[in-house]
Amino acid sequence: MENVLQQIGIDQYIYLAILLFCIGAFGILYRRNAIVMFMSIEIMLNAANLLLVAFSTYHEDANGQVFVFFTMAVAAAEVAIGLAILVAIYRNIGSIDIDKLKKLKG
Amino acid sequence: MSTLIALASLAVLILVLEIFNLRKTIVPLTLVGLLVALGLNICDFNSIDSFYNNMIVVNKSTVLFNSLFIVLTFFIVALGQSFYKEQYDKISDYTSLKIFLLIGAYCMISFGNLVMFFLGLEILSITLYILAGSDRTNIKSNEAGMKYFLMGSFASGFILFGIALIYGATASFDLDQIVLASTQLAMPKWFTVGFTLMLVGLLFKIAAFPFHFWAPDVYQGSPLLTTTTMSTLAKVAAVAAFYKLSVVFFPAMPTNFVNLIAFLIVATLIIGNIMALKQNNIKRLMAYSGISHAGFMLMAILLGKTAEPYLFYYMTAYAIAGIAAFSVILYVCQDKKEELVIHFRGFAKHKPVLAVTLSLALLSMAGIPILAGFFGKLFLFTEALKQGFYITVITAVITSIISIYYYIKVIIVMFTYKNADANTVYQKNFMYSAVAVAAIIINLVIGFCPSIIIDLF
Repeated sequence: MENVLQQIGIDQYIYLAILLFCIGAFGILYRRNAIVMFMSIEIMLNAANLLLVAFSTYHEDANGQVFVFFTMAVAAAEVAIGLAILVAIYRNIGSIDIDKLKKLKG
Repeated sequence: MSTLIALASLAVLILVLEIFNLRKTIVPLTLVGLLVALGLNICDFNSIDSFYNNMIVVNKSTVLFNSLFIVLTFFIVALGQSFYKEQYDKISDYTSLKIFLLIGAYCMISFGNLVMFFLGLEILSITLYILAGSDRTNIKSNEAGMKYFLMGSFASGFILFGIALIYGATASFDLDQIVLASTQLAMPKWFTVGFTLMLVGLLFKIAAFPFHFWAPDVYQGSPLLTTTTMSTLAKVAAVAAFYKLSVVFFPAMPTNFVNLIAFLIVATLIIGNIMALKQNNIKRLMAYSGISHAGFMLMAILLGKTAEPYLFYYMTAYAIAGIAAFSVILYVCQDKKEELVIHFRGFAKHKPVLAVTLSLALLSMAGIPILAGFFGKLFLFTEALKQGFYITVITAVITSIISIYYYIKVIIVMFTYKNADANTVYQKNFMYSAVAVAAIIINLVIGFCPSIIIDLF
């Protein structure tokens, strides 16, 4: 069987990854619910992962796929910290709406 | 390489000591451990080596930058002894987090592979998110942690996407092979796009225009010692990593890329220095001052390979002066709710030595002669003039004159107001004073003979 990547073309993968990345970026900029913002960050990181895997197959080089494992571990650690901070916020103000955090101004 | 292993074992050892209830020994032992790591690091001074398939490289410049990071961590851990007095049962967490942060900084400057760079950056950032939000019951600290987390992960996403695009263009994460591929083969368009995305992420991390807006809020909300770490160690590490990447990638970028960087520097300098003028919270003031210093350090990126000793000198001067200034700020604000400039009223009457220390540190940042900050700026500006960046240098000079105003403002508050609260009692604190004086002495020494640092390269 012909390589699926060659049938579809690397360009399509790049467009899809860029689209996902933009969805994630706009999610962070426009949504005000912290959980949704965390999900948007995950979408951004996963867009990069998709791109890495696609390029890895394209170049026939395993490095990209190994990097994806590192990225997934990092993303998991990052979200764990984020949720911990969110729990602390919820205990203090009883809400996870980012707009309620307006104590710091200069 | 042995430095990295030593630091990692030190961080784990601290956590083990906690289990055996040896909390009293943690800080002294960490300080000794850091000195050992510094010794191991300096042993590599003349070697050029690479480890684990070129993941970690060791050469003269990485050794020097790492030594600076270790010295900064040494000071920060020493300050932690007093800072965490009231929550001393958690000292192992705070101290080991700082060592992990140092490991992140180490990886960010010693990488030979973009994977290692990304991991180092994330280790540094994740520990900083924890430290920024570490005052759990304080809503301001929560907010700072959250803002820093969201902005930082957003930036990490950009950097990761940039790395993915660069990998797509060059088929490798290895810096040497990227240099080889980018100079010899015709690169697809997404190579430039990839580096631009990395640039966006890095500008976020070093808090330069147009991605500087998180810095004042995060600096203000975080616990004071975390602010110290962010504005010295984290900033210096991020700039050093940015510099190392720029040396690799700039030759392959379009020629007008230099103009973009020059514009960013001018904007960063203007925004940082103008906004600092109207701050009355010392943490926010230091945040904007940090933004403007990021602008000065970015000038080295403009200048390329020849500016490395000057960048290192500037970083040392800035970070050491920052440590000195922040330890005095810690001394003054140790039991205040907010860190306002008016809290410094009449401080010179109570503690003349510390007041002079803070003044010298701030004057060094402003760039007054004899102090190290002046020579840092002088070297960078001369080099920039040699390479013909006139507008950047003119803006830099004008804005550094403006910056004197807000530094002097703090000094005037300390020395002229006589009617300090008569009942203000400054708690005696040996550690803060010792670190402040030690840091300012280092600053004066490298100010008197800059060649100590410059000749190392």
